[in-house]
Amino acid sequence: MQAVAALQRRCQVTGLLVDRSAERLIMANAVTAVVYLAIGGLLALLIALTRWQAIHLLPYESFYAFVSTHGMVMLIFWIIFFEVAGLIFGSTVLLSARMVVPTLGWIAYGMMLIGSVVATYLMVTGQAIVMFTSYPPLKAPPLYYAAVLVFAVGAILAVVHFIINLVGARLRGDVGSLPLFTFALLGAAIIALWSLLAGAAALLPVFLWTVGLVPSVDPGVYRLLYWGLGHGAQQINLAAMVAVWYGLASLTTGAKVVNEGFSRIAIVLYVLFINMGAMHHLQVDPGIGTWVRNVNVSYFMYGAVIGSLIHAFSIPASVELAMREKGFRQGLFTWLRRAPWGEPGFAALVTSLFLFGVMGGVSGVIIGGPFVNMISHNTLLVPAHFHMTVVAGTTAAFMGISYYLVPLIFQRQLVLRSWARLQPYVYALGMTIFGLGMGLAGHWGVPRRHWDITFSTARALRTDIFEQPEIAVFLAGLGIGAIIAVIGGAMFVAVIVGTVLLGRRTATPALGKIAPEAFLPVPIAAGGSDGEVSAAEPSHEGFEVPGALVLALAFLALFALLYAISWYELSSVPWGIH
Amino acid sequence: MAVRFSSLAKPQGTWWHPLGRDERLWGALAVIWGLAMFAMIVFIWPAIGREQNQIQSYRIAPATFGALTDQFIETYQVGEIDGVPVVAPPPGSDVYLEARAFAWRPVIQLKRGETYRFLISSRDVQHGFSLVMAPHSINFQVLPDYVTVIQLTPEEAGEYPIVCNEYCGLGHHLMLGRIIVTE
Repeated sequence: MQAVAALQRRCQVTGLLVDRSAERLIMANAVTAVVYLAIGGLLALLIALTRWQAIHLLPYESFYAFVSTHGMVMLIFWIIFFEVAGLIFGSTVLLSARMVVPTLGWIAYGMMLIGSVVATYLMVTGQAIVMFTSYPPLKAPPLYYAAVLVFAVGAILAVVHFIINLVGARLRGDVGSLPLFTFALLGAAIIALWSLLAGAAALLPVFLWTVGLVPSVDPGVYRLLYWGLGHGAQQINLAAMVAVWYGLASLTTGAKVVNEGFSRIAIVLYVLFINMGAMHHLQVDPGIGTWVRNVNVSYFMYGAVIGSLIHAFSIPASVELAMREKGFRQGLFTWLRRAPWGEPGFAALVTSLFLFGVMGGVSGVIIGGPFVNMISHNTLLVPAHFHMTVVAGTTAAFMGISYYLVPLIFQRQLVLRSWARLQPYVYALGMTIFGLGMGLAGHWGVPRRHWDITFSTARALRTDIFEQPEIAVFLAGLGIGAIIAVIGGAMFVAVIVGTVLLGRRTATPALGKIAPEAFLPVPIAAGGSDGEVSAAEPSHEGFEVPGALVLALAFLALFALLYAISWYELSSVPWGIH
Repeated sequence: MAVRFSSLAKPQGTWWHPLGRDERLWGALAVIWGLAMFAMIVFIWPAIGREQNQIQSYRIAPATFGALTDQFIETYQVGEIDGVPVVAPPPGSDVYLEARAFAWRPVIQLKRGETYRFLISSRDVQHGFSLVMAPHSINFQVLPDYVTVIQLTPEEAGEYPIVCNEYCGLGHHLMLGRIIVTE
């Protein structure tokens, strides 16, 4: 070990070989990500307390500047820095493989850092109040578009670096089949490549327009290309989150994938179909025809939704199998009751899976259709949807896995462990209240990105249509939920920053009740071959995972119910639309 | 029995094996549900729904659309509210609605149960047409250089505010319009 100490170390907890240069790059990206999360969280609190009309905290210039910054910092910077850390981890440490061309990784990081700092500065100081979407002909200074482009090129290089790492590991014979975790990240990386390219294709003409090199930019074409990035980036999050879900299930319960082929086909469905869904942002736009709308927004017959439904079953099923192997075989749900609910990773997995599925995924499928979109486009229902996917889903999952990867990578003992155990529940509670309040306000027609729905300063045609008690209650839910969620987010930041700065240095950080053998490629036959638990034949009329199947069926029933309600709501609109 | 691996470990040997009974059942349900939702959008709702998404679109120069709106206002103007012209076009006619930072014009007076063809465009930046009838709203994107065309049939009398739900600048929250539906 001493001989290679400068370049590699053997992790004493997991047995994985850790490339020192990969480790440093992971640290840099992860720390930057958490800094952006903290900034975005603070802005979230200020924005939410403004939209809670009873408090109405910020003046309008700051409100619009902070909404712009919050969107960019959270949806792009926090999450992509974290994902790059994940990509490096998945393509080196997890494979016990060396990192190829570390310089490329640092160039990518440098570009992302410079681009993101400049863009954030311009937005938060009110020089680029164009929202996350920066739709032309609304104009920001050229430097803003240049900064975002520099970030995007950096992110593209990071993705290319990930792929080079995988190819390198493969050529050296370090890896045959990829772990499912890395396979899902590869799906995320492929989606990332075309998303970032679409974003560059959208923003480059706008940059040229702002410096006067092209006379105009077509607003419709920009929207088409932009949403290749805007929604595509969220599909990166989806695939990366699914990777983390499987990872957390394996780490906290020793779960093994029920059927590798089934889960991998679901990832391939994402790669094939998910980006079509990017067009659902254009459901009520001029410029595209009905056929294109229908085929694209349905992700070509909901191919990607089928992928998500597969994961919604496979992940609980793998946990059920693992728990049944441990002996919790009684009835339908003993395995679930005896699951490690006090383990932050498991708590994050369950809350993330549940809130993403029930509130984020279902709402997205519902409002993404061309008809129901007419009653939800650009209302608060839209941000309610994507806060349940990206925040309650992806961010919660990323927080959950951080409680293990940060101690292992930084070789520090996790501090404030009792906070970490509580944090996923606090966060989920806050996000649930927030999402319900925001979504219902949106359903009542309250617009997104709007400073004052009482129109108190409007000069003409004032209305009090939004001054209804229901809406006041919903917006209070938005505000109170946001406060609780921000407390949960701050607990996460405190634990991680505390660990990185003050945690006791150790090569063997205690990680709670996890299964370190999850990292070891030892085939274990399902049904328990460890000797301690005898392999019982599956009961319940031959179903191997009856509990997970019942949960999945209940989820599908709820999905169908909400879907039916949405059509009923559309049909009760008192106007005919043709 | 199937050999299974942790999602964090490299699978060894042949890991591809047939779907079990549970996975087959769930996979079939997922595909059926996907097809059902697709059928709802492509076949069922277009056949039975009263609220259809059949946007037509044209390209147009913002100044040209502005001139058409002026002409429309001149022809059908019946009054003024807060300095905004009010027009009462005949049933079945074309209705021009122009968005600009930060106003909708004109105010439009319609007859209940009659169908009107709305042509909506923007003089400057992107806007969001949002006709609020809480607890519902009808929303369409409005772009400069494009005309969003939809046919609307008001089925209930009343005053309906139009708000802007696409961020259009620092006065976004000042932008209001109105449709008045009479018996």
